[in-house]
Amino acid sequence: MSASPDAVGVPAKSGARAALGAVDLLHPSARGGAPAGKAVSAAVPAAGRRSRLSPLAPVGLFLLCGVALVLSLAASVRIGTTDVSYADVARTAGFHLGLDVEPLPRLVDSLIWELRVPRVLMAALVGASLAVCGAALQAITRNALADPYLLGISSGASTGAVTVVVLGVGSASLGVTGGAFVGAMVSFGLLMLLLRKGGLDSVRVVLTGVVVSQLFTALTSLVLMASGDSEAIRAITQWLLGSMAPARWDTTAVTAAVTAVGLLVLWLNSAALDGFSFGADTASSLGVDVRTTRWVLLVVTSLMTAVAVASVGAIGFVGLIVPHGVRFLVGPLHRLLLPLSALVGAVFLVWTDALARVAFAPQEVPVGVFTALLGVPLFLLVLRKRGEL
Amino acid sequence: MRITAEGLGWSVAGKRVVADVNLDVAPGETVGLIGPNGSGKSSLLRCLAGLRAPTAGSVAYDREPIRRWGPRRVARHIAFVEQAADTESDLRVADVVSLGRTPFGDRWRGLGAHDRAVVDAALARLGLTELRERPWKALSGGERQRAHIARALAQQPYAILLDEPTNHLDVKHQLELLDLLAGTDQTVLVALHDLSLAARYCDRLLLMHGGRLVADGPPKDVLTPRLLAEVFEVDAETGPDSLGHLTVAYRGVVAPSQP
Repeated sequence: MSASPDAVGVPAKSGARAALGAVDLLHPSARGGAPAGKAVSAAVPAAGRRSRLSPLAPVGLFLLCGVALVLSLAASVRIGTTDVSYADVARTAGFHLGLDVEPLPRLVDSLIWELRVPRVLMAALVGASLAVCGAALQAITRNALADPYLLGISSGASTGAVTVVVLGVGSASLGVTGGAFVGAMVSFGLLMLLLRKGGLDSVRVVLTGVVVSQLFTALTSLVLMASGDSEAIRAITQWLLGSMAPARWDTTAVTAAVTAVGLLVLWLNSAALDGFSFGADTASSLGVDVRTTRWVLLVVTSLMTAVAVASVGAIGFVGLIVPHGVRFLVGPLHRLLLPLSALVGAVFLVWTDALARVAFAPQEVPVGVFTALLGVPLFLLVLRKRGEL
Repeated sequence: MRITAEGLGWSVAGKRVVADVNLDVAPGETVGLIGPNGSGKSSLLRCLAGLRAPTAGSVAYDREPIRRWGPRRVARHIAFVEQAADTESDLRVADVVSLGRTPFGDRWRGLGAHDRAVVDAALARLGLTELRERPWKALSGGERQRAHIARALAQQPYAILLDEPTNHLDVKHQLELLDLLAGTDQTVLVALHDLSLAARYCDRLLLMHGGRLVADGPPKDVLTPRLLAEVFEVDAETGPDSLGHLTVAYRGVVAPSQP
């Protein structure tokens, strides 16, 4: 088949549009990139294109956010218990990138290159990852409150981390990061096991996530209570609230790879994510393979979340508020929303991490405290502007 | 596009919702699907639109079975308008209509100039050009329904299936919508509750009862007092109204039969 409906078989209907003498763009015969004929431009008044902002605004926003991110990264490397100058940052970067510059003294050099740079990059990557996962999960569950931790992956990571830190299981071979990643994978496996049969409708996904999440939260509490070691409890509370301090080049590289691939996969599914706006049936009628798409998106967001949480702990609020804030600026279409959320999430977490380092220096505050403290007023502002509060 | 179903059945949780439906909708026909609540109209439409895999029998477009077709291929042939589909998302009217271009979109490049021209034409056809930047939440029920129809037309479909599209519309918009559907030369299959409107706009009516197709023919043959009493349990008369359109007048409900 696939041909146009045979004209012979058109009974009883007036050729109303044939009489207009115009190419009917809404007819299947007008497929295949026929240029927008005169008829159309005449029939449609020169209505403004998308004017949430002006047509060039998205490009401008991307440039703005990109520049902001680069500046934030540079500025953030300087900030900390020991301040370093931009010249030092530039010299270190130049030296390690193989340029012909005089290296700094070893101690300063390793402070900048081995601690600060991976840490700042990690903040940007995790911020981007969480924001994009939040945006995607809000779309597939059609739930404005969805965030990357909805599926219980972070709870599994916590249980893994606690098992390593408090019980000392695998502390030599895995470390906290490894333990947290194993925990995240176990909870992810349980989630997939529970979801493997039947549909993946929003309510079922959310409820299953809640079940997994509650189970692992209870396990974490159980281990903590059973141990009673107050030092360990303090250490793990720090970890649970999230901190960039453990970031090194190896974990940063893994996070970078997973974040980049995940972002690309999610972005390529932008149209499908838009299609979910009116629910699964409408998405399916628009040609979205609902079941496959949901599986792909759940697996990708789970993996991105697992890597982010295992690297730096469960930093809250970024994945919830950044997508809402960006949607407020550029609207809900995911082709724009996802990459901009990534940029804004990255800038946001780079700055909150810098704040966490210096606010009560030399004591470092878990970054999760600041994402919430800064996030709540910003979130209220967005809701106010949207007239929802 | 010709839509055919042979021995079509759909069961859920062991309950037969649609059973043994045979139908044949010719290219360009406007066919009305009528029947009481729960008679299986929505489920039948979903099977025909490829949204539910039939548990028995088959659906074919232009005689080619669609069982193994992917959703994208189906969506390039048929557009489906759900009953009162709503969203929490802050989409604009133009965004909603653009969704109709999804089956033709390229993952990397998104929508192009041709897609935008089609969207503009669909907006214009439904009189939504002025409202294109209006947020979904600010639309009336009638405007939302028109946006859905425009979205369906933007799919450039060979056939359009609609599930009670006139619900929540005032009289003027009901007439406008049905005029538009009857005026297209695409195949149209539309579930309707208003029997007089169905009689007036459809070339042919399909009557469903308990998941089965119990009548299939021109409105005057389907809307008979005997079938109306049997299927809808109403005591009704049919005949031309003062303008000469076939209409249904109700005397009341059929008194429950004494066992």
